[in-house]
Amino acid sequence: MNPVNYLYLASLLFTIGAVGVLVRRNAIVLFMCVELMLNACNLALVTFSRLHGNLDGQIIAFFTMVVAAAEVVVGLAIIVSVFRTRHSASVDDTNLMKL
Amino acid sequence: MSFPILTVAAALPAVGAVLTAALPPATNTRSRDRNKVVPLLFSLGTLVLACVVAARYQPHGARYQMTENHSWIPQFGINYSLGVDGLGVVLILLTGVLVPFVMLASWHDADPVVDDSGTFERNRRTQGFFALILAVEAMVVIAFEATDVFLFYVFFEAMLIPMYFLIGGFGDRTKGEDARQRSYAAVKFLLYNLLGGLVMLAAVIGLYTITHTFSLVSITTALQNGSLHFSSTAENALFLGFMFAFAVKAPLWPLHTWLPNAMGEATPGVAVLITAVVDKVGTFAMLRFCLQLFPQASKTFAPAILVLSVIGILYGALLAVGQKDIKRLVAYASISHFGFIILGIFALTSQGQSGAELYMVNHGVSTAAWLLVAGFLMSRRGSRLIADYGGVQKVAPIMAGTFLVGGLAILSLPGLGPFVSEFLVLVGTFERYPALGIVATAGIVLAALYVLVLYQRTMTGPVKPGNEGVGDLKARELVVVAPLIALLLVLGVYPKPIADIVNPSVNQTLSQMGQSDPTPHLTSAHSNAATTTTGGGQ
Amino acid sequence: MDNLIPVLVAVPLLGAALLLCGGRRLDRVGHWLGTLLAFASFGVGLALFFSMLGRSAADRPVHLNLYTWIPVNGFQAEVGFQLDQLSMTFVLLITGVGSLIHLYSIGYMAHDEKRRKFFGFLNLFLAAMLLLVLADNYLLLYVGWEGVGLASYLLIGFWQHKPSAATAAKKAFLVNRVGDVGLSIAVMLMFTTFGTFAFTPVFADAPKATQATLTGIGLMLLLAACGKSAQVPLQSWLGDAMEGPTPVSALIHAATMVTAGVYLITRSSAIFNLAPTAQLATVVVGAVTLLFGAIVGCAKDDIKKALAGSTMSQIGYMVLAAGLGPIGYVFAIMHLVTHGFFKAGLFLGAGSVMHGMNDEVDMRKYGGLRKYMPLTFVTFGLGYLAIIGFPGLSGFFSKDKIIEAAFGHGGTEGWILGTCTLVGAAVTAFYMTRVMLMTFFGEKRWVPDADGHEPHPHESPAVMGAPMVILAFGSVFLGGLFSINSSFVHWLSPVTGYQEGHSPLSTTTVTACTTVVLLLGVGVAWMMYGRKPVPAVPPLGSLLTRAARRDLLQDDFNHVVLVSGGSHLTRFLVYLEGKGLDGLVNGIAALIGGTSGRVRKVQNGYVRSYALSMFGGALVLAATTLLMRAV
Repeated sequence: MNPVNYLYLASLLFTIGAVGVLVRRNAIVLFMCVELMLNACNLALVTFSRLHGNLDGQIIAFFTMVVAAAEVVVGLAIIVSVFRTRHSASVDDTNLMKL
Repeated sequence: MSFPILTVAAALPAVGAVLTAALPPATNTRSRDRNKVVPLLFSLGTLVLACVVAARYQPHGARYQMTENHSWIPQFGINYSLGVDGLGVVLILLTGVLVPFVMLASWHDADPVVDDSGTFERNRRTQGFFALILAVEAMVVIAFEATDVFLFYVFFEAMLIPMYFLIGGFGDRTKGEDARQRSYAAVKFLLYNLLGGLVMLAAVIGLYTITHTFSLVSITTALQNGSLHFSSTAENALFLGFMFAFAVKAPLWPLHTWLPNAMGEATPGVAVLITAVVDKVGTFAMLRFCLQLFPQASKTFAPAILVLSVIGILYGALLAVGQKDIKRLVAYASISHFGFIILGIFALTSQGQSGAELYMVNHGVSTAAWLLVAGFLMSRRGSRLIADYGGVQKVAPIMAGTFLVGGLAILSLPGLGPFVSEFLVLVGTFERYPALGIVATAGIVLAALYVLVLYQRTMTGPVKPGNEGVGDLKARELVVVAPLIALLLVLGVYPKPIADIVNPSVNQTLSQMGQSDPTPHLTSAHSNAATTTTGGGQ
Repeated sequence: MDNLIPVLVAVPLLGAALLLCGGRRLDRVGHWLGTLLAFASFGVGLALFFSMLGRSAADRPVHLNLYTWIPVNGFQAEVGFQLDQLSMTFVLLITGVGSLIHLYSIGYMAHDEKRRKFFGFLNLFLAAMLLLVLADNYLLLYVGWEGVGLASYLLIGFWQHKPSAATAAKKAFLVNRVGDVGLSIAVMLMFTTFGTFAFTPVFADAPKATQATLTGIGLMLLLAACGKSAQVPLQSWLGDAMEGPTPVSALIHAATMVTAGVYLITRSSAIFNLAPTAQLATVVVGAVTLLFGAIVGCAKDDIKKALAGSTMSQIGYMVLAAGLGPIGYVFAIMHLVTHGFFKAGLFLGAGSVMHGMNDEVDMRKYGGLRKYMPLTFVTFGLGYLAIIGFPGLSGFFSKDKIIEAAFGHGGTEGWILGTCTLVGAAVTAFYMTRVMLMTFFGEKRWVPDADGHEPHPHESPAVMGAPMVILAFGSVFLGGLFSINSSFVHWLSPVTGYQEGHSPLSTTTVTACTTVVLLLGVGVAWMMYGRKPVPAVPPLGSLLTRAARRDLLQDDFNHVVLVSGGSHLTRFLVYLEGKGLDGLVNGIAALIGGTSGRVRKVQNGYVRSYALSMFGGALVLAATTLLMRAV
């Protein structure tokens, strides 16, 4: 199969994730969308690795996974603690960081 | 390796500042006085070191003496290099002399609050005040010694930090709207000077990219033997960058508006520190860096700068006449005097420059004498408005007398120090730019006006209600004023020792710039070898 | 012997330092100390004088260089003294009259709590004035020049608690400062032209300088002289200066300091002789002032202000004479010396009258005092006869010579100047007779003062009387003494040069004319003030009288043009500083503040809007990268 199709899939997944981040309010869904975007990137990286015939892309994909895992740990902890204090998982309710 | 006297002279007040700040806060009168005597002793120690530097300096020796050189940041060619020329020596001496007097005059300006039961408010405010003064002194001294452009820049900027706290943290107005005025003044001071410093930083980096060194000596040597050449655009841009910073600091019209606010809100002692010591770094740096690093650009811009200085002389004096507030009046008078100093520097004649350098010293001493006496007066009534005073000479004749003598020095009465320097500046300007010289001479009438009007309104006439209780000068205050007045007399009657220190370095600067004095018309008309009689250096 | 020259200056300077810094301890002896030192200085002056007399005319000038004052490459200012016949004349006048006035002040200031300071200031004045006349270069002369200005400031404002005195002192200093600007510029011009400002080399090189330069220097020196000698247009301060104690008016504002301008012009004769334009300006200033002062003197009811107008007018004579060149210098100085004596005597007499009249100065409240103060009457009367130029008295010899020299100037100018001096002489006779009649003759018109004290006119104590008598002797005999064998001319001409004028009128005609105008002036005054009683309230008077009472509107002019113009300018600048310069800076600050206020609204705290801007930014970046690639 033409590897370029993987790139189309990756960009499709990325777009879905991005639109999800922009339109959804629920923090969990938002979070999943971010994950989706990260994985779309991973897919693109692995594809590029294959296309160019070296391993750099795969290595970066591993890094991304590690970062994503760390992000999940921190992000979920924040979401849980916000949910505990505000009894809501909507990101629009947490707007205290404005100037 | 000889004894690093210059480092020690700058380090002593720095150590003093740290030590003073670390002393335990005062709990009673005794410990309060201890916390003030310690910094005073350090400043006196610095004075002794300054005298040693002056004594070891040989006027006809090398350009920079007592040099020290250590690598600091080798990657960028930044060195910790110190050295003094005649001007540096004289200004270090001035700083050393003035700081103890400022401290003594400000003895009670930052006293801790005592509540009804006689308990001291336990904080480090009082000693902080004195520690900050010592910190300023240390930085000023090292700025006068630095022969590395970057080293100078660091301390030129670092000085702002303690000054900011001195202006913003201490003053005679503490409540409500007045206190806001003070923080406004401190912020204005900081912003103006930071802006100047920022522009200078760009120029400093620009200088490095062209010369690949920060060493003043190597740049000037290279300029002189022709191994380094600036394009005129680059030189002009770099000159303006440096000059902008120094013109803010000095201050030159129209970059002066921070000074009246800062001097008006600060305590009299701090105001003296600003105008008599810290601002001198600006005029000092013009002579040391602008003229020596960028001789051609200095000549190009000299006429414009001279016009600004003359405007400053008249403008400052006229605004001083119109002030209602004593400290602001002194500030505008200082702006006028800085106009004279810058005029002398950029007239590029040996008379003008020697005059400017003497003027720095004389202005420091005379403003200190005048403003500190005014400060003693203001401390008695807690008001700075001229209108609140009147007839003080009746109740406090010694105060009135010393105030008059200080004022006479400010208006350059012959026999007192400032006359010598002012006349030299005027002659030096007149030689090359007669019209500017004549306009600037009108400044002496205006100076008489603001000094005498202030004296008349505060000291003469019937005693105004509220002034009956103004006491005459106390022993501590006399100890501050009497030596300053004696110094003014000595500088006026026998200025030769200072002039002898200053002259050789002026000649060297001018000969580096390839500038010689205009010869008198008759001599040049009648003999061609006239240069020998008035030549500006070798 | 010549090493004594610095001592002349040092002695009174020491006195000033002691008296001003000595504190209350010296209150009891201060006045005697000050007087003793003034006499000591006079003694030194006499010693030097006799030593000078013993030498031939060519050897008389002496130079003494003390030390280098300001050394800067070509600019070498020395502290050096020059004692020649001209300086010597001044030294004797200053220390002689000065000592007498010190003595007089002991009595006059007896009840003043600040008497010690007063003597300190007087000594300071003596030192500065001696420095002025002994300096051998213009810069050191400038030190003395401003020094006497300072002493004058301190003494006019001696009674600082009176606002009028403080204002008058400030005014005197300021007007003098305007003159000082002239002196500064003259020194600078000399330096740029000759490379020096010491008398000898400047005068030697003067012929080589261009006409324009010499005229410039001359005019600037004239400006300086106008300030110090109260000549038009800088004369306004002298009348107000009468706020000072009367001995001060006698010493500083009549006999010595105000004549410094004449000294300056005479000293600079080498320059003026080569600058006809400057000389013309000088005679014009002199002629205008001598009439101006005389007219003002006619209208004043304040005895001291009438005498001040007279001083102005007499100095106008001297300046005019000095402007005439070598035909006038000697007579300018001669009139200066005789004037020093009779005017000091007149002022001391006025002081004595005031002393006896509870410090009343209004002549309309005097009258008939000759019976109560015979000594004052006689000495004042002799001074009066001297000043109007009564034949045989001092003023006659000196003023007559000036009138003759004015005619001798030649041409139309000579006629105009001569006429001016003659008219001046008539007016002088008029106003002085008026003063004399209103004060010592007629009915007594005195009234109780504000506190209800009836004045009890009495003769002053001997310590005040003695100086008056000595000065009266001088007023009578000095002129004659100077004129025997033209001794004064021989004495001074080696320094100033002398040449005979070519007067179209013979000496006898001039003398006759002067005598006629003199009688005319006296006669008119007698008709107006002697024959009929003097009204206690001044009549409205003609337009000229009213203007003269207001110093011929000089102060009004100054007020409108300088004072209110200046204060408007100052207020405008203060406004400009606040709204313009500071306004600009504050405006920039406000602009930045406002912009950031608007920009910060973007930071609304919503995660999704941040995300949107991130995506937007990423898109823009990507698009730019692609575009750059494409290009």
